[in-house]
Amino acid sequence: MNNDRYQLNKELAQMLKGGVIMDVTTPEQAVIAQQAGACAVMALERIPADIRAAGGVSRMSDPAMIKGIQKAVSIPVMAKCRIGHFAEAQILQAIEIDYIDESEVLTPADDIYHIDKTRFNVPFVCGARDLGEALRRIAEGASMIRTKGEPGTGDIVQAVRHMRKIQSEIAALAAKREDELFEAAKQLQVPLDLVRYVHENKKLPVVNFAAGGVATPADAALMMQLGAEGVFVGSGIFKSGDPAKRAAAIVKAVTNYNDPEMLASLSENLGEAMVGINEKEIEIIMEERGK
Amino acid sequence: MIGILALQGAFEEHEKMLHALGCQTVLIRKKSDIPQDLTGLVLVGGESTTQRKLLRELDMLDILKERIESGVPVLATCAGLILLAKEISGGEQTCFGCLPVRVCRNAYGRQLGSFSAVGDIGGVKNFPMRFIRAPYIECTLANDKDIEVLNITDGRITAVRYKNILAMSFHPELTEDTRIHNLFVDMTKNIH
Repeated sequence: MNNDRYQLNKELAQMLKGGVIMDVTTPEQAVIAQQAGACAVMALERIPADIRAAGGVSRMSDPAMIKGIQKAVSIPVMAKCRIGHFAEAQILQAIEIDYIDESEVLTPADDIYHIDKTRFNVPFVCGARDLGEALRRIAEGASMIRTKGEPGTGDIVQAVRHMRKIQSEIAALAAKREDELFEAAKQLQVPLDLVRYVHENKKLPVVNFAAGGVATPADAALMMQLGAEGVFVGSGIFKSGDPAKRAAAIVKAVTNYNDPEMLASLSENLGEAMVGINEKEIEIIMEERGK
Repeated sequence: MIGILALQGAFEEHEKMLHALGCQTVLIRKKSDIPQDLTGLVLVGGESTTQRKLLRELDMLDILKERIESGVPVLATCAGLILLAKEISGGEQTCFGCLPVRVCRNAYGRQLGSFSAVGDIGGVKNFPMRFIRAPYIECTLANDKDIEVLNITDGRITAVRYKNILAMSFHPELTEDTRIHNLFVDMTKNIH
């Protein structure tokens, strides 16, 4: 991937800012998501809550299913591949996916290496729990970052933890003297030039979204106020009582995340939220996949 | 006061650029954010379907349309161009419908079709153009003397000026080059 292609890929993520990216499993759901105001959809066979319930090995979705969703909507379509599974990524690039999510939600294919994303022309988004993980993924070629959260739980606590950690580590790095950056790069296990970028600009070099456990307009507003530039919603929409209404409410909450009165009216009568499982009840901790 | 539509998309980039040019701006996220003394309006890049839906549901469409038609200068980039267009190829629902052009959405295909180019935008020479899942203008729908074509890239119209509207399918806000924003700022000064 040449520099201009990488730049164009980072710029697509900039266009998604202030928006909601929704998990969908069928063309019908994709249309509901688009009509509700999603700025992109994530095409996958099973949403994280069902992946969690089903157990076993979870893989890239059937390309035919992804193509069906590409035909159904005009907004960007993303899809997930397993961590380290560059052949799945090649297949997704071959069907001209708009963004690949190298995702801990699927079963990792490689327990050491992530995909060398610099070898691809399509953009990648990757999950991160802290600044070190975020910058390592960017060094590998990711052009967008999201928190890992704990997908499929409807519990926001991990996404909050990851976003706070990344933001506080950025602030700490920005406050350092320049001669302390070499050691910071060593501690974070990341390239020096990325450390210098964060030090100078007080932000990641790519767009940073929240993901994992967002189930309500209030959850989305919380993540935006903590510094997220947009939100992924996985199981929270299509595992709820009234997906179209909840999706539309979350879209508006992301736009007006600083307006409590509007958030109050958006939160009214949304029907059943996804039941969810809390952090203490889960058996598979997905956030620990890929470091 | 220049208003920047901040429902979704790359509004911070426009804000940063206009601040660098010494302009006062306000981000418009809801109806009550629209200032009385609106001297200019920026319609930003992002997803046009998302922005159109929010414009309608947050009840801002009519009031902004009124302002545009009353002559407030508008800078529209990418999704902003789609929101302004009178016709959208394929019969998709239009939004403001103030700009007499027919646009084609996602006209260069998916993200693999995104590209950059350098070209003249009217009198602005050698401008860096960033096309991100961009639309283009299939044709203009007004008299040639009313609508000025500012750029043609690979045989496609990508930028026009019509009355108080400066609209383009690429993203000057993603570059370091402030000349297009300068043109717009000049338009906002000339109305008084």
